[in-house]
Amino acid sequence: MTQNTPLHGAHVAAGARMVDFGGWDMPINYGSQLEEHHAVRKAAGMFDVSHMTIVDIQGAQARAFLGQLLANDVGKLQVPGKALYSCMLQEDGGVIDDLIVYYLAEDWFRLVVNAATREQDLSWIQAHAGSMDVAVTEQAGLAMIAVQGPQARAAAARLLDAEQAAAAMALKPFNALAMNDWFVARTGYTGEDGFELAMPAVEANGAWAQLLDAGVRPCGLGARDTLRLEAGMNLYGQDMDRTVTPLESGLAWTVSLDQERDFIGRDALLAQKQAGLSRKLVGLVLEDRGVLRHGQKVLSEAGEGVITSGTYSPTLQRAIALARVPQAMGQSCEVLIRDRQLAARAVRPPFARQGAVCDGILQA
Amino acid sequence: MSTVPENLRYTESHEWVGKQDDGTVRVGITDHAQAALGDLVYVELPAVGDEFDQGDACAVVESVKAASDIYAPLAGEVVAVNEELDADPALVNNDAYGGGWLFAIAPAEAGADEDLLDAETYAQQLG
Repeated sequence: MTQNTPLHGAHVAAGARMVDFGGWDMPINYGSQLEEHHAVRKAAGMFDVSHMTIVDIQGAQARAFLGQLLANDVGKLQVPGKALYSCMLQEDGGVIDDLIVYYLAEDWFRLVVNAATREQDLSWIQAHAGSMDVAVTEQAGLAMIAVQGPQARAAAARLLDAEQAAAAMALKPFNALAMNDWFVARTGYTGEDGFELAMPAVEANGAWAQLLDAGVRPCGLGARDTLRLEAGMNLYGQDMDRTVTPLESGLAWTVSLDQERDFIGRDALLAQKQAGLSRKLVGLVLEDRGVLRHGQKVLSEAGEGVITSGTYSPTLQRAIALARVPQAMGQSCEVLIRDRQLAARAVRPPFARQGAVCDGILQA
Repeated sequence: MSTVPENLRYTESHEWVGKQDDGTVRVGITDHAQAALGDLVYVELPAVGDEFDQGDACAVVESVKAASDIYAPLAGEVVAVNEELDADPALVNNDAYGGGWLFAIAPAEAGADEDLLDAETYAQQLG
């Protein structure tokens, strides 16, 4: 039984192609995924991300609890509104999910976690909240719209009254504001500027229609995937899961090991670091013509690897991927596509952000 | 509603076949197929001279979403490929029955295309 977001009717009416995504009937595109992708890089696009799970952690021990739960250090969140990207780990260091945590008040932190992992996440969080003075509350009544692109913030500000709009426009990147029952965050999953807006479900269709009037293009999960991959952002379930650690997933920068803070998975990560890593996650650019896809084999002098996410990049106009490969692999490798071995080059993501290809991705 | 021209023949796997004056047939994918695949970004064509049996995988079209095999609708030898698709695979999306043709076959057996689905039957299959 698939679930529908409050905007489901608007997607169908707009002629969207719908697919099952983590139990939700979601738009994959509204006609052309490529045009949607370019709209976000060059102007403004909007995504229904109401399927994502919002969880509030409230209470006197909220910060202490999240200090144990998350691999990144919520101690870094000192100014209300600041956001932090983190993984939530098992004891063995395997990734249960990745999420964004927003610091709204000393007794109120908000998590946004993946839809596909909702049940496991909620039960893990509840189980570890145990005897601590925290309340764990899923905000299922909120819809969420991500408005992304160079013109996105100005378009989205039209949904707010003058005072709220001024406050929203003053938000620095990776900061958020709770405004009555709305929540405005300057975050996203595209490598472009923009907002993620959470609002009561009954207000979602009005907001969507107003954004449409403002010239914001509806974009499906297809463009969301090519945009996030160009931006070098991992997708949970593809680029990492419970069988790998953040250190093997290009996410060492999100793990805070330097303090004495005792978080779940810390010992396993320290042990893995001491023993030496055998695998790493890298970006790949295909030198030959073709398309990189999840599951294709990577061949190198250092051994074999596998593509975790691959696509045609509309911005680079060639195939790009994230791949888990031997730690010792250098720049050059080959990818097995059907019965052919095609030349690829390892690069450091991101591939493209803010409308342009990043430095060092395309050789002169 | 996708278009299904009357003058072509079709396969259940959504290829179309168009008879040319010289007895060869052009092969492409239907409007329904291109819409389902989404924006095409790469087409891998057979080589001129390749021979296939009916139903052999003989080309690959890749959209932003996925790679899909194209099956030879008839047995025969490839006599031409659409080289314009190299630079502009979106021709398949924009002109599926015209400029977006994939390759041409000299059928091993004359008139074999008559056994393929006619437009009415293919349109019924689409529902």
